[in-house]
Amino acid sequence: MAKQHVSFNLNGKQVDALVEPRELLVHTIRETLSLTGTHIGCESSHCGACTVDLDGKSVKSCTVLSMQADGSELKTVEGLADAEGLHAVQQAFIQEHGLQCGFCTPGMLIRAYRFLQENPNPTEEEIRWGMSGNLCRCTGYQNIVKAVQTAAQTLQQA
Amino acid sequence: MEQTAEVQDREDSLKGVGCSRKRKEDARFVQGTGRYTDDFKFPGMLFADMVRSPYAHARIKSINKEKALALPGVHAVLTADDLKPLNLHWMPTLAGDVQAVLADEKVHFQYQEVAVVIADDRYIAADAIELVEVEYEELEVLVDAHRAMDSDAPVLREDLVGKMDGAHSKRVHDNHIFNWQAGDKEATDRVFEQAEVTVKQDMYYPRVHPCPMETCGCVASFDKINEHLTVHITSQAPHVVRTVVSMLSGIPESKIRIISPDIGGGFGNKVGIYPGYVVSIVASIVLGVPVKWVEDRMENISTTAFARDYHMTGEIAADKEGRIKALRVNVLADHGAFDACADPSKFPAGLMHICTGSYDVPVAHLNVDGVYTNKAPGGVAYRCSFRVTEAVYVIERTMDVLAQKLGIDKAELRRRNFVKVEQFPYKTCLGWELDSGDYHTALEKVLNAVDYDALRKEQQEKRAQGELMGIGLCTFTEIVGAGPSRNCDILGVGMFDSAEIRVHPTGSVMARMGTITQGQGHQTTYAQIIASELGISSDEISIEEGDTDTAPYGLGTYGSRSTPVGGAATAVAARKIRAKAQKIAAHLLEVSENDLEWEVDRFKVKGVPGQEKTMKEVAWAAYNNVPEGMEPGLEAVDYYDPPNFTYPFGIYLCVLDIDKRTGETTVRRFYALDDCGTRINPMIIEGQIHGGLTEGFAVAMGQEMPFDEQGNLLGNTLMDYFVPTFVETPHWETDYTVTPSPHHPLGAKGVAESPHVGSIPCFTSAIVDAFAHLDVTHMDMPHSAWRVWQKVHELGLDTPA
Repeated sequence: MAKQHVSFNLNGKQVDALVEPRELLVHTIRETLSLTGTHIGCESSHCGACTVDLDGKSVKSCTVLSMQADGSELKTVEGLADAEGLHAVQQAFIQEHGLQCGFCTPGMLIRAYRFLQENPNPTEEEIRWGMSGNLCRCTGYQNIVKAVQTAAQTLQQA
Repeated sequence: MEQTAEVQDREDSLKGVGCSRKRKEDARFVQGTGRYTDDFKFPGMLFADMVRSPYAHARIKSINKEKALALPGVHAVLTADDLKPLNLHWMPTLAGDVQAVLADEKVHFQYQEVAVVIADDRYIAADAIELVEVEYEELEVLVDAHRAMDSDAPVLREDLVGKMDGAHSKRVHDNHIFNWQAGDKEATDRVFEQAEVTVKQDMYYPRVHPCPMETCGCVASFDKINEHLTVHITSQAPHVVRTVVSMLSGIPESKIRIISPDIGGGFGNKVGIYPGYVVSIVASIVLGVPVKWVEDRMENISTTAFARDYHMTGEIAADKEGRIKALRVNVLADHGAFDACADPSKFPAGLMHICTGSYDVPVAHLNVDGVYTNKAPGGVAYRCSFRVTEAVYVIERTMDVLAQKLGIDKAELRRRNFVKVEQFPYKTCLGWELDSGDYHTALEKVLNAVDYDALRKEQQEKRAQGELMGIGLCTFTEIVGAGPSRNCDILGVGMFDSAEIRVHPTGSVMARMGTITQGQGHQTTYAQIIASELGISSDEISIEEGDTDTAPYGLGTYGSRSTPVGGAATAVAARKIRAKAQKIAAHLLEVSENDLEWEVDRFKVKGVPGQEKTMKEVAWAAYNNVPEGMEPGLEAVDYYDPPNFTYPFGIYLCVLDIDKRTGETTVRRFYALDDCGTRINPMIIEGQIHGGLTEGFAVAMGQEMPFDEQGNLLGNTLMDYFVPTFVETPHWETDYTVTPSPHHPLGAKGVAESPHVGSIPCFTSAIVDAFAHLDVTHMDMPHSAWRVWQKVHELGLDTPA
């Protein structure tokens, strides 16, 4: 199959890639662009390990075609930290022990990053619903909820 | 006073045992720089994908590879016939059976591996498996384990026909794997015949799957020039993998390097050796390039390592006051098509004979029969220690049934039967020695914390109003830390574990262990153990695991064995270093070794203030100024063979409400008290308990792998297989008592599996309790809304009065 040219802004940098028309965004990110922080857990949109931020929305990159991302603004977990250091959600996950094996963590973080822009001052119930597209098998979620609350406070004070 | 505060400050700065130290692992994981198996990419790497059987039982009439081989980018298609010349079409299992690597003439379960395609990338491989044409002749399917040993049952394992000497016992039927018994049958039967009260309960522990976030996979890289094999693999036991690969391939272990990199959760799923690993290795050896295989979620749930599937009957004989006189447990174990249970070799039913629980049981008998069915092989310890989950379930359920029959409150019944604190160490009638415990204290703590009497009163009121409220209780004892090599081995290798610690000249430390973390935080907690033993800050201690070229040989991480065995090895290795350091310190201070005392991070001359050497000073001296005759350097290795298992315990209480219209359950409260002995990192312990409770909740409330009559698996995606989200997961309350293990160097017992083991019967106890006033004694899992509603409906509770 002839490859197609796509171009998008990934973590603040303009990138170009040649992709198969049927290629999934998660594979382009992981295989072609070598950013392996975005993980594959189910390939069916259930687990959220592959969550990325696409034009200001959390999407599961295992069920998005790379061609659909042409011209978009993309952010992955690798784009959360900046020259100042870790993002508030990253710090909060460490602080509150919101991760164990770390496999779901990039998806959780990128979702939390967007969720706290959608709802900067959420209740626990709003966090639980707002994050419910991301599965975790290790933590039982309780400390992730705490981490999102902590990050919300930090971001509000900033 | 001032000096004490100064000593305390020094101790705190070590961040040693007891400190809720933040995890060392997290910095890389939150930045997406963890390295999991699928993240490894090597030049020329090819991808493997499996052709799988649509049928549960069928003869393979032909396999046509031509169309697949003609697809550009396909390098090879391998079947059992291709593996035969290498004698790799079958492989030994950990349970003394053999398993087909690729189906040999017959398929024995749906999704069984029939052929493997090797291609340039995963897209081409996926296309090519569709082009492999396999012609099947369907055979009669055996799904129901209860039918396995009927005279007219279809024979599954033609390779075993006539071989009636099984790995563990005589086989009495072609579909029989083993019979295994523990205890005194005659004495138990006698007690039952004369008992004042007996109860008997059948129960089914459904087939479930550990379902970690990361599926299984590997990258095999064979270097043809040097005849050296490197395998990056999702394994909870990399050293065992090296030994098995060497035995299968004939490559010396010195030329095999197994690397378990970051692992995205294991929970028992990543203990076994799977066909995907074997064919990737074979393909890499044949093609001379790296080959990657990563299963997708459906393959994961369908084929790699189910757990449980125990049909159990629990019976208790007691007096009228509820004092247990005897226990009888009978099990029909569905092992699927190949016996690939991951248990210590001598125990085909794992540690099921811990089924006397926390109770003083005078005599007991356990009988287990394992049978073949047309289902995937496995039988792994899903977040538990080798069938202890099943053992705890059968005893806890049967205790509840006894309480109900006698009209004694279930907490009171347990009080009357607990092993008393003064009875420890307590020898159980089935052969274990419970090392320590204080069940009564822990139970009272929980009952007080939740105000048990008030809950019972509220329940009475709710019942009067026709509402369904349940209170569940589980008072369990685990058996973890396998194990003493006198009775525990895997493929003949004793189940010790190891630690190697090197103190560098400037006093920082590198340590390596034979275990492998999969989220438990070993890089954090092992360093804390060393910090407390050596007086060096844990921030200056690096921990490495998972690379068989560098780490000492160990049996890996499962069955809560890291802290009980690996942690003990770490403490003992550190003590060897401190003993040598003491000699060096004595030399430096020109005193006798016996004149020195240890204080946090230094040796002090007794009674002479100021005469002291810190561990860091000693470390430097170890490389330039040691006593005459002593070899330089400061390092030690320990291979720790534990004298006994450890026996963590817990008291769990669950309060839930059931909606009669929908059958939906709301867990109002779940209170978990755990006693894991000495607590190394309370933050990590709590995190492990939250996770274990959530996995227990999943098993009890929704997980199952149902099969239809043709052996089709009806739930192998995350749409069907229940993995709780943020929304369903209850809020957890945790508590603890500390009863140190008397034989573990630190007194630690292991913790991460207790919450899974203990919570599952607690949920069932609570669900059944909601219906107990209506003479319901047991309900099988999963307690999904649909199944609970069926009970509501059967009892006529959903129709207005």
